[in-house]
Amino acid sequence: MANITNQDIEDLSVGAALLGTGGGGDPYIGKLMARAALETHGPVELLSLDQVPDGMNVIACGAMGAPTILIEKMPSGEEIGVALRAYESRMGRKVDAIIPFEAGGINSMVPIMLAAEFRLPVIDADGMGRAFPQLEMETFNVYGVPACPLALADEQGNTVIIETDNAAKAEFLARGVTIRMGGQSYLVNYGMDGATTRRVSVPATMSLSIGIGRTMREAAEARADALEALINFFQTTHYEIARVIASGKIIDVSRRERNGWSVGVVTIEPFDNPGKPVTIQIQNENLIAEQDGMVLAIVPDLICILELDTSMPITTERLRYGQRVNVLGVKVPPIMRTPEALAVFGPSAFGLDRDYAPLEA
Amino acid sequence: MRIGIDVGGTNTDAALMDGPNVLAACKSPTTSDVGSGIVTVMKTVLAMGRVPASEISAVMIGTTHFTNAVVERRRLLAVAAIRLGLPATKALPPLTDWPKDLADTLGRHTFMVRGGHEFDGRKIAPLDEKELVRIAKDVRARGLRSASVTSVFSPVTPDMELRAAEILREENPDIAISLSHEIGRVGFLERENASIMNASLADLSRKVVSSFRNALKELSIEAPFYISQNDGTLMVPDYVERYPVLTFASGPTNSMRGAAMLAGEKDAMVIDIGGTTSDVGMLMHGFPRESAVAVDIGGVRTNFRMPDVLAVGLGGGSIVRDDGARIGPDSVGYEITSRALVFGGDTLTTTDIVVAAGLEDIGDRSRVAHIPAKTIETALNTIHRIADGAVDRMKTSAEPLPVILAGGGSILISRDLPSASKLIRPENASVANAIGAAIAQVGGEIDRIFSLEGTSRDAVLDGAKAEASERALAAGAKPGTVKIIDIEEVPLAYLPGSATRIRVKAVGDLAVE
Repeated sequence: MANITNQDIEDLSVGAALLGTGGGGDPYIGKLMARAALETHGPVELLSLDQVPDGMNVIACGAMGAPTILIEKMPSGEEIGVALRAYESRMGRKVDAIIPFEAGGINSMVPIMLAAEFRLPVIDADGMGRAFPQLEMETFNVYGVPACPLALADEQGNTVIIETDNAAKAEFLARGVTIRMGGQSYLVNYGMDGATTRRVSVPATMSLSIGIGRTMREAAEARADALEALINFFQTTHYEIARVIASGKIIDVSRRERNGWSVGVVTIEPFDNPGKPVTIQIQNENLIAEQDGMVLAIVPDLICILELDTSMPITTERLRYGQRVNVLGVKVPPIMRTPEALAVFGPSAFGLDRDYAPLEA
Repeated sequence: MRIGIDVGGTNTDAALMDGPNVLAACKSPTTSDVGSGIVTVMKTVLAMGRVPASEISAVMIGTTHFTNAVVERRRLLAVAAIRLGLPATKALPPLTDWPKDLADTLGRHTFMVRGGHEFDGRKIAPLDEKELVRIAKDVRARGLRSASVTSVFSPVTPDMELRAAEILREENPDIAISLSHEIGRVGFLERENASIMNASLADLSRKVVSSFRNALKELSIEAPFYISQNDGTLMVPDYVERYPVLTFASGPTNSMRGAAMLAGEKDAMVIDIGGTTSDVGMLMHGFPRESAVAVDIGGVRTNFRMPDVLAVGLGGGSIVRDDGARIGPDSVGYEITSRALVFGGDTLTTTDIVVAAGLEDIGDRSRVAHIPAKTIETALNTIHRIADGAVDRMKTSAEPLPVILAGGGSILISRDLPSASKLIRPENASVANAIGAAIAQVGGEIDRIFSLEGTSRDAVLDGAKAEASERALAAGAKPGTVKIIDIEEVPLAYLPGSATRIRVKAVGDLAVE
């Protein structure tokens, strides 16, 4: 399998922002750190899911906390390695490969840093296939992998091991510790063997992200239509279908805070049908797009708000009145659409009173 | 009476103001020494207004000189870039992601020390004073004359930056020191970048400020002078000597504020139409709405308080194609006087359209007589559609607002815009920058993350408002005129209930006249 290049990291930062569907944090600092890790430690191999041997010891990793903290208290770069060492010493064995727990946003970059430092491969897959706000919203959890032992570390080298049999409880405890760690922590969780990893992961999401970024970059260089290129690209992947579910102008953004989540509604006036506005409900990530009482797309399918001219993704905090946007709905792979998966990160998990309706239906 | 001056890359403008009235205004080329250009325009407006120098109570200057120095990599000092924050921040050392040539110019003298704070004021690590003493000696040995100090969460807790400055001065009494909490807001790399740039301008800022001083002295103006910063407020010269980066991008702010004053509006949209682009911004309470995204200066990422301006490719030189259906984004630019049809050229521009439509009389009208009426009508529709779209895009609500037209290209707009409640074309709009400088106020700002544990949101907000007002008074505001003009609360996403980022801005009238 190929090594991850500096160009891949640039492309990944764009693709990961798109898979973030509005959330997941700005990957800028993550990108700089991943680039620095490759410079310091050498190349990282991207291992495709079907090449993962049965007996491989695999661990998921990423960061937890507020992006606003990350942009001020930047990491030492050693946190995630400290967490992994704590995990390895708790388990009494070494880890053989790293898998991202979240493909969207800055968490696409943390596994590359860890893999570079430990000279391990990164598996081309993840546990969300996008960005979600909570650690139990993982296909790993859906298909029976225990989240714990979970190891967190901060930049001081402090570590905490959490052991509980419930992934949602692990999330709750880890978030409390994260606040005490200064609002940002780095963690490893969902340890599993290679055979399990192949069964429970959303495949090829790192290469998908890189491909998204590359497609947009090449379209920009060729002055071609980035949106069309993006839709064509999705057709060649296991996400298969991407389509414009709305195209118009943002006429209202209402946002408020609920229990630490940025909750809001964006209203878009379609260019071709101004009388029938499209609304998108947000809880950090974009959850549901509706028009005239009809669901256009709903979580876990992706709802990506893209700038009309450039097709660059717009994060939730940057949405505002007057922006011209295309809203892209993207089908997610079957592993994210089973009844078990929908119970964990489908509409009801976010308190939406709508049933899941597949994008293509 | 006041004089407002704008020192641009090309022209130096001046406006003599009596309260809100413009008594005289003029333009003159910017000189390489800056000072003599300023003397020329001040002499001119004083003569035009028949006002003796003794009547002037304040002079306000806006300048792009420091921005240009960074962009052009000219007259910059080598800098000791000192960071307090280890073990945090180690992953990305100072000057990360800088353009190589600029980092080379500044010498790559980077130092990282244990210290810094958490968002809630706890220490990441105690300040390593011993290491700072060693660095202070090293800085001296390397012959560095300027240093920047950036500590994690210093906008919340500046103590360590202040202490580090003391230690540096003990060893290097004459060193210029830039402290990041005086310069930027939360967002470590961007604030550190700004502080390092600021430190590199230490020599130039002394020279430029003293050339301003000498210019005033030459005309026997004894009134105090001020320099405008990027958020439309003023700084005293001593402060600019220490913090020149705060002048970055004061130009667009002054231009928008000047246009607003001329139009007599405080909440309005401003569209400044030049030869190639139209810059559209929004004024709220008389101040430009600020941009939320990172701003690149000379290739370096910063988070300065910049006005949010949208540039679209519509100007007096924009090229007209497809029988008027397509306009710009390319323009004949400064070549308009040779390439536009009315000036004997061969390119159909927007200026040709308004002349052909009989709306303006510029150049030779007979050269556009052949343009079909349908093309003229289509082109005028396209022009107004682009302008209206840009205005609408920059508004924060669907409510129509007054639209102020500025710039030489504003002749393109002859009809109502659906997004505008009314259109205003003020006089003297060509020197809006200088007028904006003359009417600038003084301000104070707080931007911090506040922990809400053990306190209430109201108590925290009140504290922040009081502190912003105190800062405005300290900057020279007249007591009783200070108002809170902006409050922004951003609870930290993904962290329930623990903390919120609060930004409060207060402004007041300058305590002169």
